[in-house]
Amino acid sequence: MSDVKKDIKNLRREFQFSGQRLNRSMRLALKSLWLHRLRSLLTMLGIVFGVCSVIAMLAIGEGASSEAQDQIKNLGSLNIILRSAKPPEEQKVSNTQQNLVLDYGLTHLDLRRIENTIPGVSSVVPSRLIREYVWNATHRVDCEIVGTLPAYPEIRNQRVALGRFFTFRESETGANVCVLSGGMARMLFPTESPLGKDVRVSQDYYRVIGVMEAGAQLPGDATAQQGSSSIPVQRMFIPLAAARMQFGETLIKRRAGSFEAERVPLHEITVKAEDRNAVANVSLAIKDLLTRNHKKKDYEMIVPLELLKQAERTKQIFNIVLGSIAAISLLVGGIGIMNIMLANVTERTREIGIRRALGARRRDIVTQFLVEAVMLSGTGGLVGVMLGITLPFLVTHFAGMKTIVTFWSPMIAFSISAVIGIVFGLYPAMRAAEMDPVEALRHN
Amino acid sequence: MSASTIVKLQDVRKTYQMGSVSVEVLRGISLEFLTGEYIAIMGPSGCGKSTMLNLLGCLDRPTTGQYLLDGKDVSQLEDDALSAIRGAKLGFIFQSYNLIQQLSVIENIEVPLYYQGRPEEESRETAVELAKMVGLESRLNHKPFELSGGQQQRVGIARALANDPLVILADEPTGNLDSSSGKDILNIFANLHERGKTIIMVTHDPGIAQLTTRVVRFCDGEVESDVRR
Repeated sequence: MSDVKKDIKNLRREFQFSGQRLNRSMRLALKSLWLHRLRSLLTMLGIVFGVCSVIAMLAIGEGASSEAQDQIKNLGSLNIILRSAKPPEEQKVSNTQQNLVLDYGLTHLDLRRIENTIPGVSSVVPSRLIREYVWNATHRVDCEIVGTLPAYPEIRNQRVALGRFFTFRESETGANVCVLSGGMARMLFPTESPLGKDVRVSQDYYRVIGVMEAGAQLPGDATAQQGSSSIPVQRMFIPLAAARMQFGETLIKRRAGSFEAERVPLHEITVKAEDRNAVANVSLAIKDLLTRNHKKKDYEMIVPLELLKQAERTKQIFNIVLGSIAAISLLVGGIGIMNIMLANVTERTREIGIRRALGARRRDIVTQFLVEAVMLSGTGGLVGVMLGITLPFLVTHFAGMKTIVTFWSPMIAFSISAVIGIVFGLYPAMRAAEMDPVEALRHN
Repeated sequence: MSASTIVKLQDVRKTYQMGSVSVEVLRGISLEFLTGEYIAIMGPSGCGKSTMLNLLGCLDRPTTGQYLLDGKDVSQLEDDALSAIRGAKLGFIFQSYNLIQQLSVIENIEVPLYYQGRPEEESRETAVELAKMVGLESRLNHKPFELSGGQQQRVGIARALANDPLVILADEPTGNLDSSSGKDILNIFANLHERGKTIIMVTHDPGIAQLTTRVVRFCDGEVESDVRR
């Protein structure tokens, strides 16, 4: 019993003692590093920048990928979006022959076929997109008019912020009602509520019955590509029937020096699958159906779920690339530490001899130099972590990019920096310890 | 007071290998030093004095022969064991003081105690006491480069005494000093001798050898004469 007590007491003493010893070696290391302040600082910088860049790059990467994923999720992970696209061969013809009416895109037949023949489809919403100016007195907005069905907001995860979306009845009759996107409402009606007011598109007037919430943009949006991608496209939603009545199916575009007419029955079809497992099959079936019925590839298909998977893969590759860059920069930092520690050991050969003469064992010398190396890399790592956490904030503030500093990235970066101190400090420390005391004392 | 043997050398030889040539620096030294003796080792340069001092200081091992320190054979111990013996039983004083530049006076004195694993407060007390003994109580926090040569050597002496060694080994302790500071240092040595410390000192100066109780002369790696007074 008393033996056990004694053991515990000894153990505690030893523990306290080793703590005290470590404390003293650290103070000693600090003194030696302080003696060569500039040199220590420069050596540390390698690690500082390495750690800082790792954390900052990870934060930027994480932010970008989360933004992309948000956008994709906003499209609806159960959705398959079909879009009419101008077939590339047709473009050449239109360049040589002016005023040719281009006939391409998704048709009403496609819509009915998808609705009726493909299993696993829960709903289908077609839309027509028309680029036009929308007026309220002298306010003018270049806008994309979306002619669609009442199910559109639900299937595209968009919500009405003010008023309401149009009803089935309005949709059937092709009533001249419209719902504006948030930004557009502010542009057309800067001082008043748009509800109940009229807006003008060429000769027709539409009554505003609702305003949408600001929603996410589709990445690679057909219309967004035309303008600057950073400015969100303004949209006005009207019943599909109204769109067909007012604008017809042939749209005339004015281009420099020539007119260009296109006949596109439907610009976009959004298909919603019943569940996640059905998405792949439905998209395959649609692809099949469209290739059979379209001679040219005058449509494109966007499957958000696939995009999501792709985004995840891209993120993985990005992380691997970042990881290697980080590893290289930290390696360079580590080599810097090794270099300086080797110089340090050579320079302090005499001190090593003195310490050995005064009773230091090899292991004491190893500890001394190792602690110095780890303090260099550890301090560098700490400063790097602090910079690495601040830098993303600055990037967000000044460049407007979304950044996310994950909890583990500073942890890992810091531990790696400490490990680097040990790995690259060990060889110089061993060299120091292996010196012959007599030789070391004779060294000048 | 009966003096016992503290250092016993039996036919100690040391051979250095210089490429293909081997040079025998010590050729069969047999000596016995007693506790409380104040010994001067003299001889022309290259006679093996320094090698002798390194062997006595357990910094090096003899090629053949036996070295008994305090009754224990230390001639073929391994490195860590030699470190332990240096730390526990020996005190070194060097010609060029060999203080650690980035440490203060008090910290320099504490170095041997640190490697002995003494607790911090205890070694601080010991170091302050020793600094007082060599008359440096007002310079505790000075760095070595802020001190004169004589003061630095006094720090060296205090450091050598920190672990209360059995034998003090001094390598031309006054070699770099002017005569008056040299005298101060020798007074401290005389003091230590009076208090019963065993001192082995390498010197060139016959005047200094006069102050000791025993003079061992080396020549060509052999003991030429051994005079006790």
